[in-house]
Amino acid sequence: MTKTLLVSALENGTVIDHIPCDRTNDVITLLKLNQLTSTVMIGYNLESKKMGKKSIIKIANKFFNDAELNQLAVIAPDVSLSIIRNYEVTEKKRVELPEELRDIVKCANPKCITNNEPMHTIFHIIDKHSRVMRCHYCEKEQRIEDAKLK
Amino acid sequence: MSENRSVITLANLTREKIEYLLKMAAEFERHPNRRILEGKVVATLFFEPSTRTRLSFETAANRLGARVIGFADPKVTSGTKGESLKDTIKMVSNYADVIVMRHYLEGAALYASEVTDVPIINAGDGSNQHPSQTMLDMYSINKTQGTLDNLNIFLVGDLKYGRTVHSLLMAMRHFNPTFHFIAPKELEMPEEYKLYCHQNEIRFTEGTELNEDVIQEADILYMTRVQKERFTDLMEYERVKDAFILGADMLAKAKDNMKILHPLPRINEIKADVDDNPHAYYFQQAQNGLYAREALISDVLNYTLDDIINDHTIIQ
Ligand SMILES: [Zn+2]
Repeated sequence: MTKTLLVSALENGTVIDHIPCDRTNDVITLLKLNQLTSTVMIGYNLESKKMGKKSIIKIANKFFNDAELNQLAVIAPDVSLSIIRNYEVTEKKRVELPEELRDIVKCANPKCITNNEPMHTIFHIIDKHSRVMRCHYCEKEQRIEDAKLK
Repeated sequence: MSENRSVITLANLTREKIEYLLKMAAEFERHPNRRILEGKVVATLFFEPSTRTRLSFETAANRLGARVIGFADPKVTSGTKGESLKDTIKMVSNYADVIVMRHYLEGAALYASEVTDVPIINAGDGSNQHPSQTMLDMYSINKTQGTLDNLNIFLVGDLKYGRTVHSLLMAMRHFNPTFHFIAPKELEMPEEYKLYCHQNEIRFTEGTELNEDVIQEADILYMTRVQKERFTDLMEYERVKDAFILGADMLAKAKDNMKILHPLPRINEIKADVDDNPHAYYFQQAQNGLYAREALISDVLNYTLDDIINDHTIIQ
């Protein structure tokens, strides 16, 4: 069985491949896919040589800017993106961790002001390679992997 | 106001700015009583009680002629009724020219400085920063040693949770210090600060013993409290609790210039027999807090060192 049979082809839109299955919901949340009116196809628990199991999400008639897509680097740094126009892949992209994460994740420190006040969060990426970030407010360093979405 | 003059941390100040503030504090030590802030209102908002720090700030404001408003105890504020920090700060900003605030949450002062044009002075945000303490520590070091450069600074006790030692370490990076971290294993200096030392080419050694021989190299012996609550292993606490107590008998080999600092309050980590020893400096250190805070308040209100030197409002 091939992938194309599992998730039908897209005329125009964005394909997000190689999503770890347990991050599927986070991708939907981050890109606010539940607020779209266009068709969103989600393939879950698909076979993958590279990953064992993976998810694919196809979003019809929707193109995201780089800032939107780069948010995915927080939860799924290894996703691959295909931009589809007229059934053809016109562009392939990888995501890159931004220098700063604005209002994407929560601070792990319960005594941080951001967890006790109706406000945004800001994190500065300290080390892209080891994926460590520092809260702009409480200054606590934390692993991006452990972060929960806001 | 075009520029936010708030003091949230000293970690990002330049050497020049630190020296500038210390010079200003020295002017206030020469003449602590003035009317230069007459007509100004200083708000002290203590969302977490700290009588010592609050009295020091309020004395600083009063001795410069400012009026003080605020609260000392969060129970009397609407914060407990669910008002957000932002709303409280916005409200007080209508009345005050500067807000001194202490808060139990980390990052509270920085956030407050983002929601108002009134300058904020951080008087402690949780376990994060306490810049006026660091300023008075540096003032005390500079005053007793005649310099901040090339000193051997021993940090003793709780180096894991002690925010004063972390702030001091960061603020001293411009001055080529050598730090000596003396702490029980469970309370040793956290990795992130050792990494900070490496990144900023600050030399340090680590040890778990405080004794006469260790002390003899020190220019500054900065003591902190080893608290029982900090230990997960109470057997470990019992083993080490007496190892970090300083007594006068341990000072025989100390250098003449060596001074003992402590952020206070102390419990038992410095024995009473040290108090009259010429190396003891912690009570004067606390007094220096007044001058350091006079300088911080004046600086955020845009008074310059020249204004302070040429001040005609000095009360002799
Ligand atoms: Zn935080």
